[in-house]
Parts: sequence; C-alpha cells; structure tokens
Amino acid sequence: MTFKGWRLPVLLILPQALITAVFFFWPAGQAIYQSAFIPDPFGLKSQFVGLGNFEYLFSDPYYLASFKTTAIFSILVTLVSMSVALWLALMADRIIKGSGTYRTFLIWPYAVAPAVAGVLWLFMFNPNVGIASWYLDQIGYDWNHKLNSGQAMWLVVLASSWGRISYNFLFFLAGLQAVPKSVIEAAAIDGAHFWRRFWTIVFPLLSPTTFFLLVVNIVYAFFETFGVIHTITSGGPQQSTTILVYKVFSDGFVGQDLGSSAAQSVVLLVVVGLLTVIQFKFIERRVHY
Amino acid sequence: MSGMVEKTGKATWLIHLGLIIGIGIVCFPIYLAFVASSVSQAELVRPPMPLLPGDQLIENYTRALFSGINAPVWRMLMNSMIMALGIAIGKIIISLMSAFAIVYFRFPMRGLFFWLIFMTLMLPVEVRIVPTYVVVADFGMLNSYSGLILPLVASATATFLFRQFYMTVPDELAEAARVDGASPMRFFIDILLPMSRTNIAALFVILFIYGWNQYLWPLLMTTDPDMNTIVMGIKQMFPSGDDLTDWPLIMATALLAMLPPVLVVVFMQKLFIKGLVETEK
Repeated sequence: MTFKGWRLPVLLILPQALITAVFFFWPAGQAIYQSAFIPDPFGLKSQFVGLGNFEYLFSDPYYLASFKTTAIFSILVTLVSMSVALWLALMADRIIKGSGTYRTFLIWPYAVAPAVAGVLWLFMFNPNVGIASWYLDQIGYDWNHKLNSGQAMWLVVLASSWGRISYNFLFFLAGLQAVPKSVIEAAAIDGAHFWRRFWTIVFPLLSPTTFFLLVVNIVYAFFETFGVIHTITSGGPQQSTTILVYKVFSDGFVGQDLGSSAAQSVVLLVVVGLLTVIQFKFIERRVHY
Repeated sequence: MSGMVEKTGKATWLIHLGLIIGIGIVCFPIYLAFVASSVSQAELVRPPMPLLPGDQLIENYTRALFSGINAPVWRMLMNSMIMALGIAIGKIIISLMSAFAIVYFRFPMRGLFFWLIFMTLMLPVEVRIVPTYVVVADFGMLNSYSGLILPLVASATATFLFRQFYMTVPDELAEAARVDGASPMRFFIDILLPMSRTNIAALFVILFIYGWNQYLWPLLMTTDPDMNTIVMGIKQMFPSGDDLTDWPLIMATALLAMLPPVLVVVFMQKLFIKGLVETEK
C-alpha cells in the first residue's frame, strides 16, 4: 500500500540525502581522488601519481607492520572479551534467582567510552603510581608499557576488551537462554556431565551467536578502539600499537602526509566493505534459522 | 529450568561465587578510579595507593567541575550533552522521515536514494577523517556544535531499523487512513509515530551512548578548550611535559564522563537491550 505523489517523499528524504551526500560521499570521493596525488609541500598544487601512493604504501614496512599489529590486536581483543563473556554467561544462565541483578552489574561497562576505559587502565598500570604495576614489581616483574612493546600491546588489548565483555555477555546469555532445556535435561538423564553437554549440545547451538559476535568484535577492534590507543600508548613504543585506524590519523593529521593518508582510507574502505559483506551474508543465513 | 540439570546446594553456591568474582573483576577499575578521585595527590603518588575512599571527594569534584585544567568540566559535560542529544535526536528525526518516504511512496529515483543511504552503513567516520575534516573546515564549522553533530547524523542504521518496522505495520491502517481522506502526513504523525514509540526510545538510548562516547571526531573538530567534549577532554588534561599528572582530578573527570551514559543503561535497561539487539540486525 503506497500513497500518491512524489514531491512529499522527495522532501522527506532530502535532509538525509543531503547530509549523506555532503558528509559521506563527497569526503569518500575526495579520499579516492586524493589517493592518486601527492600534494607539494606548500599545498599549492599536487602531482598525479596514479596508483603510486598504493604502491608506496604496500612497500612501506611500517604500513605492513601496522597490518600485522591490527591483526594481532583484533584477534586478542576478540578472544579475551568473548571468552570472559561466555564464562560469565554460562554461569548466569545456570542460576534462577538474582540473574537480573548480576546482569545489571555486568552490562553497564558497555556505556563507558573506549577513551575513558583507556584512562582507567592507564591509571592502574602507570609505571609510577599504578597499583597493578606496583604489585607486579613486588613479585619481581618489571612493568613499563612505555618502553616494552609487548606489555603495551597487552595493556591496550585488556582495556579494549574490558568494556566489550558486557556486549558479548548479553548476546551469549540470550543465545544460551534460547537453547531448549528439554534437550539438555535429556542429555543429563543419559548421564552426560556439564562439559560434555556444553561441547556436544550447547556450543553447536550457540554457533550462530558466536559467529555473529566474532565479526562484530573484529569490526569493533578495527574501528572503535582509536580512543584506547590514543589515550594509553599513542601508537608506541616504536609504533608497536599503531593499528590501521590510528595510522590514518597520525599520518594524515600529525604527519600531514595527505596522499598516503587518503590511500590508507581507501584501503580501510575496502576492508570495511568486505567485513560488511560477511556480516550481511551471515545475517541472511541467520534469518533462515 | 529447574529439575535434572539444576544441582542444588554447593554447586549453585559456587556459581554465585564465580559470578561475584567476575563482577568484582569487571567493576574493579571503576572502584579504583572512585578511590583515586577521593584522595589527595600526595596520597596517590606514594605507591601502593590506598584501597579505601579518602576524604577529598568533595574538594576533587568541585575543583574538576568548576576549574578543571584547560576548561571547567561542567562546560565539557554541557558540550557532550548537546552533542549526544543532537546526534540522537537528529538521527531519529531524519531517519523517521526518510524511512516513511521509502516504504510508503513510489517516487522517481527511489532506488537510487535507497542505495545511497544504505551504502553509508559501510563507512565509519574513522575511515574518512581527513576529507570530512576538510569539508567541515570549508563550511567554517570547526569549533561549533553543528560541526560536531552533522557529520555523525548521517547514518543508515536508524533508517534501516525504521524501514523494517514500518514494513511490519499492517497495510489496512494506511488503507483506512486513505479511505478516510487523511493526508499522508496525518497518517505519519497520528498513526505511524505513536506506533513507533518503543522503537524510537530504544534507538534513542543506543544513539545517546554512541554520541556521548565519540572521541576521534571531537578531537579533530574542537581546538578551543571551551568546545571540548568530556570524553576527549580527559586526554587533554594530561600534562605534555614533565609536570605531575593530577590523577585525582583526572579520575574525578573520568567518573563524571561515564556517569550519564551509565545511568541511561542502568535505568533504561530493557530499552537498551532492545535497541542493542535491533540495531545489530
């Protein structure tokens, strides 16, 4: 059922169309356009280099290292936040009374901004005043994420995973509660203990949720953790925590290398596109379930 | 889920214990920040820091709220509030309208508009920061609320959600409105909007948190400390040189920064979960 006329609908859609055109398509087009040029140092004119920026980018060891850093970072964030969340959801699913209270206590870190989470974790692990670094020092472990790149990576991973636990917990809990109890009871009658029931019944039935969360968490780690990196390490030490999104920022705004930054934006556009396609394919499948 | 699977006594007790430990771990960073915001700088810089709240709570928060470091925190809270509300309300209004146009009308280039809007699902602001910054600077919108809000208002998620919802509304309703001689806008305002109430509220919760927690965009947009939002302003409070970091002040600011979105999540939990589940579909 539709209404007649075309002026009204065009008028209704115009605000969104205009904002989308001005703040999405124009800048995205500019990124693609600029990625083919190198501006001169005075910004007066720029020289066409075709795919030169991309060739340069993919032969730049720092850029390739950033790819690797991003991969390690997103895998760790996804694993840490999902396994802790699954552990908590498994327990919350097994209690009858009071699960609402536990849920309330577990979901609110979702509302804490990644940048604020970064500040909290920076405070705990600050080499001078941090309580965690002090206790680590007491047991003979020297913590200084400003110098040690492995420690820096773990710190940004922990800070990024922390707020994400809430989100994964909610989806895991919903998934667990959708598993038919009769199936589990039948298995229990047959004598299957908890872990056996988990691996043979619950986990397979949970796989749509798990797969969905995998994709969503990788997208999160790629694009929404800028605040954590910027507040804790600023990409250091020696670029060891410079993920791709951070590099677009530091090359474009701090380094003023606009051609390279634009080319990096285009590469990220392709990455986002691929992840979106994966997500959509999966959601399509989930609808048929 | 009582019966065979549920063990009583010791096992249940262990699960409660496990959950409490889990909550303890999840909440510990916040508790520590609270303690740090209630003691003096002198108590903090001698590790290990105290684990119980001190007596400087009111002093620290008053100092943060009314003087701060670059700008008073009340000012940054206000900026964040304006930005978060602007993004949430702006997105909801333009999406309600465009989804109505897409579902209830057939007009020239409808397909084109549809795809233009939905392609933006793929473009987070982080990916196109430099050119978007240039566009906003060309409009002279740096250090302004419109510059903070407008580029984040365009997004397809909300439009997509309302489109899905409108498509579940029975055709008879629109049919009846037409037979009664009601104009499309009457139908939209008197029937469709009231029906979308819960969806609007759920989406508002999610978008408010999204807007409040923005970091990169305000960081680029606001060079004037008086326009800083609180989430990005915290980082600006760290000294650049060798000066001592004023941790009690920074921790008080961090807690103030998380307070509004946390309150929204806790008190609108049902709407929050509904919004979360639906925006991800």
